[in-house]
Amino acid sequence: MTRSARRTRRTLQAAGVGAAALLALSACSSDSDSTKSDSSASTSSSPKLSGTVTVFAAASLQESFSALGKEFEKQHPGTKVTFSFGGSDTLAASITGGAPADVFAAASPKTMAIVTDKGDGVGTPATFVRNQLEIATLPGNPDKVASLKDLTKSSLKVVLCDKTVPCGAAAQKALDASKLKLTPVSYEQDVKSALNKVVLKEADAAVVYKTDVKAAGDKVEGVDFPESADAINDYPITLLKDAPNAAAAKAFIALVQSAEGQKVLTEAGFLKP
Amino acid sequence: MIPSDTSDAAAETLESGPRRRRVRKSMRRGVPLPLLLPALLGLAFLLLPLVALLVRAPWNTLPDQLTSTEVWQALRLSLLCATAATAASLVVGVPLAWLLARTDFPGRGFVRALVTLPLVLPPVVGGVALLLALGRNGIVGQWLDSWFGITLPFTTTGVIVAETFVAMPFLVISVEGTLRAADPRYEEAATTLGASRFTAFRRVTLPLIAPGIAAGAVLAWARALGEFGATITFAGNFPGRTQTMPLAVYLALQNNPEAAIALSLVLLAVSITVLAALRERWVSPA
Repeated sequence: MTRSARRTRRTLQAAGVGAAALLALSACSSDSDSTKSDSSASTSSSPKLSGTVTVFAAASLQESFSALGKEFEKQHPGTKVTFSFGGSDTLAASITGGAPADVFAAASPKTMAIVTDKGDGVGTPATFVRNQLEIATLPGNPDKVASLKDLTKSSLKVVLCDKTVPCGAAAQKALDASKLKLTPVSYEQDVKSALNKVVLKEADAAVVYKTDVKAAGDKVEGVDFPESADAINDYPITLLKDAPNAAAAKAFIALVQSAEGQKVLTEAGFLKP
Repeated sequence: MIPSDTSDAAAETLESGPRRRRVRKSMRRGVPLPLLLPALLGLAFLLLPLVALLVRAPWNTLPDQLTSTEVWQALRLSLLCATAATAASLVVGVPLAWLLARTDFPGRGFVRALVTLPLVLPPVVGGVALLLALGRNGIVGQWLDSWFGITLPFTTTGVIVAETFVAMPFLVISVEGTLRAADPRYEEAATTLGASRFTAFRRVTLPLIAPGIAAGAVLAWARALGEFGATITFAGNFPGRTQTMPLAVYLALQNNPEAAIALSLVLLAVSITVLAALRERWVSPA
């Protein structure tokens, strides 16, 4: 009895394994079929998108691009958008170093040029948003900062981005345009570290992007200054030459530039191109 | 009165000098292949990136890169802060190592684990932790500010504090290991002869573990010299005040990789010179 039961179980198992193998085989063939039909479809008018889109984007785009990524996955079931957010310079360096990315969105044309100069981009990068500088002060603005000139007071601890990163270059441009000389306590390595010095109340003010002030919520208070109009950063986006998933990448760029994408970005504080 | 095996052991320890020499001579005869191959592989792995740095260095523009005052400012600041951080680590680290090695208190293992925590903590997190503790708004820092008017972030002292935090565990671990390996009976003998425990530490233990302290100090100095994350997070980055060489290298890397390589070479050359000189004098085992 037990032996026969064991035997039946064994046969069942064998049958199961066989069935699984068959299934796997058929899955394999249908898989290759579907990819074949996919690639043929992508050349036709209505592409059926699938697979992963890898987007390298400037740190300041984190909030809005994450939202757009979710929207994209909803519009195109079966796709997945993965992001790598970081300093535009660092991202550009990893792209030219061969990182497998589909889309690159930089915080300045200068960092985008690192990629396009090497011939790693496809076509001319398109400016999809612009970002303006703003002064971030402590909540409630206790030092009563009202202008860029107020920051030059020696009693204030001000942090700027280093001149090598886009936000620092822009701040320097605004200061030069208004002939102001500002000695900060620190030149920070990126915009988020500059903002964090104010969030942690170590510095009294920082010159950062409008979008960063917005993202920080009530931890900082933003003060507009007219000189920021002289130093608006363009954000270019491009499809990359070695994109593993070019069709979906194009669709993602289209979403970013669509009215819907622009709405998400302007809500985060970006300016329209 | 003294059991014979103990005295034998003591004699052995005392004779360890000449004996070690004998062992070393016999080692020269043959290195087993299973040791030699991985050893060479390890050496190659450590040296390859440095060789790449040398190969790709912009040798023809190097003199121009190195004449800027910012480079020398950063180098001077790096050396000053690393040395100060090592001194600070010695002052508090050696007693801490002694406490961990020579006394017995509940939770000692846990305390030892805590001491090594800055080793596993990402330096940037260490910098944030320092800000939360010693920053203008930190739990201790706010009192430093309101009572003494001392603020550490964005100052050279802040750089030293950050480097000490990251480098001291290297010294403590190294000294503690030496203390554990050192024979406590010398100290016991000193105390039976009437020396207080502190005198025994000063006159017996310290000379005994001097090579270990030197090795630990060199490790801590090297770590402090290369410190980046905690420094830029806690002390910020301002040329001449808080911008050490690693910070200058990082920022140069953003838009001028050649300058970054040149700066790295300077830091490398200076550290190799100092470390080689120190090893010859103090850290060599003979």
